[in-house]
Amino acid sequence: MEKEILIKVNNLKKYFPMASFLGSSHGKVVKAVDDVSFDIKKGETFGLVGESGCGKSTLGRTITRMYDATEGEIFYNGVDIAKLPKKELSFYHKKMQIIFQDPYSALNPYMNVQEIIEEPMKLHTNISKVERLEKIEFLLAKVGMSKSDMQKFPYEFSGGQRQRIGIARALSVEPEFVLCDEPISALDVSIQAQVVNMLEDLQKELGLAYLFVAHDLSMVRHISDRIGVMYLGKIVEISPSGELYKNPLHPYTKALLSAIPIADPKTAKANNRQVIKGELPSPMDVPSGCRFHTRCPYVMPICKEEIPILKKMDQEHFVACHLY
Amino acid sequence: MKNRKLLEIKDLRTTFVSKGIRTQAVRGVSLSVNEGDILGIVGESGSGKSVLMKTVIGILPENAEIESGSIVFEEKELTKLSKKELQKLQGKEVAMVFQDPMTALNPLRKIGSQVEEILKRHRKLSKSQAKIEAINLLRKVGIPSPEKRVDQYPHEFSGGMRQRVLISMALACNPKLLIADEPTTALDVTIQAQILELLKEIQKESGMSIILITHDLGVVANMCNRIVVMYGGMVMEEGTADQIFYMPKHPYTRALLHAIPKLDSGSKERLEPIPGMAPSLIDPPKGCAFAARCIYATERCRNELPPFRKSSDSQQSRCFYTFDLNGNFIGEEA
Amino acid sequence: MQNRRWKNVLSELKHNKSAIFAIVYLTVIILFSVFAFLLPTDPDAINVGNMLASPSANSWFGTDELGRDYLTRTIYGGRVSLVVGVAAMLTSTVIGVLVGTISGYFGGFIDSMLMRIVDVISSIPWMILVTVVSIFMQPGLKTIIIVIGLFTWMEIARLVRAETLSIKEREYVEYSAFVGEKSFAIILKHIIPSVFPTIIVAATTSIAGAIMTESSLSFLGLGIQQPMSSWGSLLQSAQGNLGTAPYMAILPGVLIILTVYSFNKLGDVMRVFVEPKITAGEK
Repeated sequence: MEKEILIKVNNLKKYFPMASFLGSSHGKVVKAVDDVSFDIKKGETFGLVGESGCGKSTLGRTITRMYDATEGEIFYNGVDIAKLPKKELSFYHKKMQIIFQDPYSALNPYMNVQEIIEEPMKLHTNISKVERLEKIEFLLAKVGMSKSDMQKFPYEFSGGQRQRIGIARALSVEPEFVLCDEPISALDVSIQAQVVNMLEDLQKELGLAYLFVAHDLSMVRHISDRIGVMYLGKIVEISPSGELYKNPLHPYTKALLSAIPIADPKTAKANNRQVIKGELPSPMDVPSGCRFHTRCPYVMPICKEEIPILKKMDQEHFVACHLY
Repeated sequence: MKNRKLLEIKDLRTTFVSKGIRTQAVRGVSLSVNEGDILGIVGESGSGKSVLMKTVIGILPENAEIESGSIVFEEKELTKLSKKELQKLQGKEVAMVFQDPMTALNPLRKIGSQVEEILKRHRKLSKSQAKIEAINLLRKVGIPSPEKRVDQYPHEFSGGMRQRVLISMALACNPKLLIADEPTTALDVTIQAQILELLKEIQKESGMSIILITHDLGVVANMCNRIVVMYGGMVMEEGTADQIFYMPKHPYTRALLHAIPKLDSGSKERLEPIPGMAPSLIDPPKGCAFAARCIYATERCRNELPPFRKSSDSQQSRCFYTFDLNGNFIGEEA
Repeated sequence: MQNRRWKNVLSELKHNKSAIFAIVYLTVIILFSVFAFLLPTDPDAINVGNMLASPSANSWFGTDELGRDYLTRTIYGGRVSLVVGVAAMLTSTVIGVLVGTISGYFGGFIDSMLMRIVDVISSIPWMILVTVVSIFMQPGLKTIIIVIGLFTWMEIARLVRAETLSIKEREYVEYSAFVGEKSFAIILKHIIPSVFPTIIVAATTSIAGAIMTESSLSFLGLGIQQPMSSWGSLLQSAQGNLGTAPYMAILPGVLIILTVYSFNKLGDVMRVFVEPKITAGEK
């Protein structure tokens, strides 16, 4: 049962010029996203993992046109939104929504819950005030909060509750796709589970597609259907989530997985953890060829020279590595 | 094979006072650390784990006070020491590593000079001796080209490197006890693995004891031989790593273990969240701190503070009830 | 929400005695200014027979060199000083906030231009500006309000711009832009409320500053002209009579100090009122 493709990204690039002293860039750029291609299917959760500086957050924000792409194509249901002028994006901002990592900066502290959730609704829908209020009540119930919360302000809520308000806000315009930009990293473990379960329920009910950007690999594996691993601006491996953990192909993925501390003492002792050496290179000065070659235990001469491309290994499992 | 007791905390209570409001961050905590232990203190925000350690090491803010309790380190009663005496202890016998290296390092001074200062102060080394030793220390914690890097400033180091610097500063005086407060939370997972390996190596080599404070159950499973679980300012359960992970006796410990996704589980089973939120520490609950969120809680739990209930020599849980070997909740006391 | 704000303010007042004094003092001064017309004496009533009389039952603070009742003149003078303070504050705050938010939010060329203007105006010595303006405009109440208002907005603009720069990085602002909110709506709905605490503090400080400046200018003869009086101009007249009638300097002088101090304290209280508790937990 092939799911339809909702978003298709082709050769996407997002470069940030480094502001230098006189305001011009003098050529130094941060290649936050460097030639990324992949797709997200309707109703699926695509997990995007990687460490700091890999560009996963930037990728998500570029896809939703929060940032403008430097180059490349972003097809949403067949329409290339990468080059659309801002005026025509309005329709797509209804279809694509975002929830953020930091519940403390995602909500305006001077607006009450009703105003916060209303904001996108006012811009994208024509319904009357009465209908809006009804809808907000309905959304709050969906995220496990109540009507009495509508007049309250963010400071009156905990981190987990604020995250729910952010989710209600995102859902208020009935999107098809939600970018979840590290939505649970700032929450306590016991609250993370609450929010994740809720996101899963909402997905089932509303048929939402998620791009779940996170660094907590166990949580990503739990919630995602497919996972993309990023390193220094490039996707190095894409695979269905169970398969990725059972059979990682890319050396970086292997190192990443083996670095996760498993919450099980016996396994931890038995596990021969492959501790990866070295530091992440600066995104301003990316290594030539395969970005990972400076730290790769299997490095070969070709790795320094040629950038590997994503190759299909088998059903849905792609890897960009010269070993294959 | 009982090792010497290095640190013993008895019924410690720490409270913050601000504009007439008292927040009870630590509400009667007792625990001990033996020589060679790596003790993990696990808890979520508001559990009091950080404040507990700050109390031990004496770096509480102005508006915090130790209401009662004792902290005995190597037979010295820490609560009775003057600030000066505590400072002497800090860095020399007890060292601390924090979550955010940037706040612990002076951004305006070279790394080398910051390490040297500790060596000069506590080990009374001369300037030239200190310089050599500083380079040795940086090498020991895995910083490449330490002779060059001593002359660099903190912002020229990555997060992982800065954490190594902090560890080197903590080790400068061969402390008997290292307290690490979420030392890897802000780091990428691969760097975290490096730092944890480093700590393990250092511990093996020097035999020093470590107290590791974290909310990450994976980290404690990997590092610690003993674990203390805290919630709402109190200890809920303590035991060896195996006991806590395979035979937890406290509902909170169990709930925590079920709330995290298991990497090696076959199918995608639904997470079991813990309903509700952490309790208020300004008006803390009368009885068990976890009662409001515990699925097994009874009236008694809400009104009476449960005593510790030993299930073995090394494991005890603060609950009126317990779980039997099959994981069933025994709703009666033994 | 309103309850919480008032609760915060009340608790702040409880712990801050000087704040209570400030509020009481300002209320009294303002009441006197507003109801000055109810006073029995006329501030402009010249009574040459009673010049420089010491304080007495008739004239609580004596009379000035033209026999006018000093207390009355001081009260009317206070009214002028306050009006100047508030009006100048409003002018400089409005300009400062506009420039600061636009500069900070839009950045780029607009920011560079506006900030250069700020730098240029700030670098011209104050006195020269004022003197030049006084040549082209008649000294008086309106002039002095304009002068102070037009030349003190720069500090507020810089403050507001700095705040704006950091606020616009916050995710709720990014979200607003993402969802399609127009820039000016964002500035109004999101930036200004967050900048408000800074504005309030800057505004109350600027009233204090404006009163001081007006006093200095009037003292130098460049501000309020006779027969209108302000505390500053009263101080100026008091200069010549320091030997014989020291009370003439003490009264307006003390009032200036107390008023400036009280406005600053008011700024502290206002800040407490305006800030909702941003973080939920206590740390």
